[in-house]
Amino acid sequence: MANIISDETIEYVGILAKLELSDTEKEAAKKDMGSMLDYIDKLSELNTDDIEPMSHVFPVRNVWREDIVTNGDDRENILKNAPGEKDGMFEVPKTFD
Amino acid sequence: MSKNYETVIGLEVHVELATKTKIFCGCSTAFGAEPNAHTCPVCTGMPGSLPVLNKQVLEYAVAVGLATNCDITRYCKFDRKNYFYPDNPQNYQISQLYLPICRNGHVDIETEEGTKSIGIHEIHMEEDAGKLVHDEWEDCSYVDYNRSGVPLIEIVSEPDMRSADDVIAYLEKLKMIVQYLGASDCKLQEGSMRADVNLSIREVGAKEFGTRTEMKNLNSFKAIRRAIEGETERQIDIIESGEKVVQETRRWDDNNGESYAMRSKEDAQDYRYFPDPDLVPISLSEEFIANIKSKEPEFRNEKKLRYKEEYKIPDYDIEIITESKKMADIFEKTVELGADPKKVSNYLMGETMRILKEKEMDAQDIGFKPEALASLISLQESKAINGTVAKEVFEVLFFEDIDPEKYVEEKGLKTVNDEGALRKTVEEVIKNNPQSVEDYRNGKEKAIGFLVGQTMKAMQGKADPGSVNKMLKELL
Repeated sequence: MANIISDETIEYVGILAKLELSDTEKEAAKKDMGSMLDYIDKLSELNTDDIEPMSHVFPVRNVWREDIVTNGDDRENILKNAPGEKDGMFEVPKTFD
Repeated sequence: MSKNYETVIGLEVHVELATKTKIFCGCSTAFGAEPNAHTCPVCTGMPGSLPVLNKQVLEYAVAVGLATNCDITRYCKFDRKNYFYPDNPQNYQISQLYLPICRNGHVDIETEEGTKSIGIHEIHMEEDAGKLVHDEWEDCSYVDYNRSGVPLIEIVSEPDMRSADDVIAYLEKLKMIVQYLGASDCKLQEGSMRADVNLSIREVGAKEFGTRTEMKNLNSFKAIRRAIEGETERQIDIIESGEKVVQETRRWDDNNGESYAMRSKEDAQDYRYFPDPDLVPISLSEEFIANIKSKEPEFRNEKKLRYKEEYKIPDYDIEIITESKKMADIFEKTVELGADPKKVSNYLMGETMRILKEKEMDAQDIGFKPEALASLISLQESKAINGTVAKEVFEVLFFEDIDPEKYVEEKGLKTVNDEGALRKTVEEVIKNNPQSVEDYRNGKEKAIGFLVGQTMKAMQGKADPGSVNKMLKELL
């Protein structure tokens, strides 16, 4: 493997993804990420000078809808997805700026 | 201050678009609903739900871009901005980083040093977040996702402003353009227009920019001015004492007149943007853009010129009336219904402005019908009611949907045109106020004013002051 992922990097990626990883999981993730980057390096060997960057594989464009209200009040069902509920609101861990 | 500093300011302005539905789903954007009554799997970020772009959002964004002299990106797409926060149920915000819809624009502002061009770096489309509610006594927060997915455009300026005056003039200009386009009501207090101020200072003549801070939570023009002045001072103090300004986001507390750091450096944002695979790219034809251009309304400057030419009202009136699209619309419609332009203008600049100020309302909130004002003016012109009564009726029609003609009839507010009755009252008043009568006869012209007042009072305000005056002079 040409790309070696450091402990700091895997720690940081874990924080960004809000994942708590055990030491065994960290080692496995380091290996996986390393081989992913190797694959990207392989792709980078190709000459892409005259090729436009692509974000979507399907040749579909301009999927739009008209500005018309189609959804009614479905609060009861939506709130079934909430971890907790109070006064019609989703209850979440205490959060401040 | 030992050196000369200049302030360098750039703005990020978020504008909530006036669409009926959210940017990616058919939920209503109407304000004031019960919490989460306007939500669905898309705007609450449920797995497997698919966003579909609201065409009106695109049209508004392009219209604002054209009106601010931007290049419209013919091929654009959406990206995901990843972060965890409970008001953002998807754990990413759909926004535009790589190919924003508009770029390289500018607007001109009037300053004391003359016209100044403020560059617009870009305008992009994105979705708003939900609203967090905190309960002091509970160990949790609550979220209302009604605002989640409400369409926004973010207008990013170049760092071309140098003072609070520049900033206010720029914001006023943007507000005017967006309001005239009907793309948003742009109310700072209610958050439909929000401005984040990026500010740094440097010595006059320096080429490099200083380290900037970003200031949030600015809910009024006054707060923006105070925040700019406060932050400029704070940064100068730091530099003068030999320290360095830290790049950070600060929250302005307008009550205490100071700002404090919001996010520490350890939480430096790493948004890991990438193209949103759920939304297909947008490819705009010349025809699409030309069509939006063709629907462009008459903007303020053109309106001002036309008003001068067509309605021949004073510049001062024009300035005030065109300050809000709503006011200008009412003015034009009332005049179209046959009312005299200057008389309409007087009602708008006098009574309307007074009520707006008293009730702390915005011109956007004016609800009365041009038909009602036109009818009121015609009643006054035909001397069916006098000026005092007209003002009272205006106050009613401002808040209630009334037909002025029926209203004065029902309330018995019509001027009494019965000459006999008037003569009788005037004779009575002359009899009861010998002192004033004598004063008048001795050359004290002003005394007649008192007598007119007494007559009006006796007739419960329902006389024409001109006729009263005439009758008094005749009988004295």
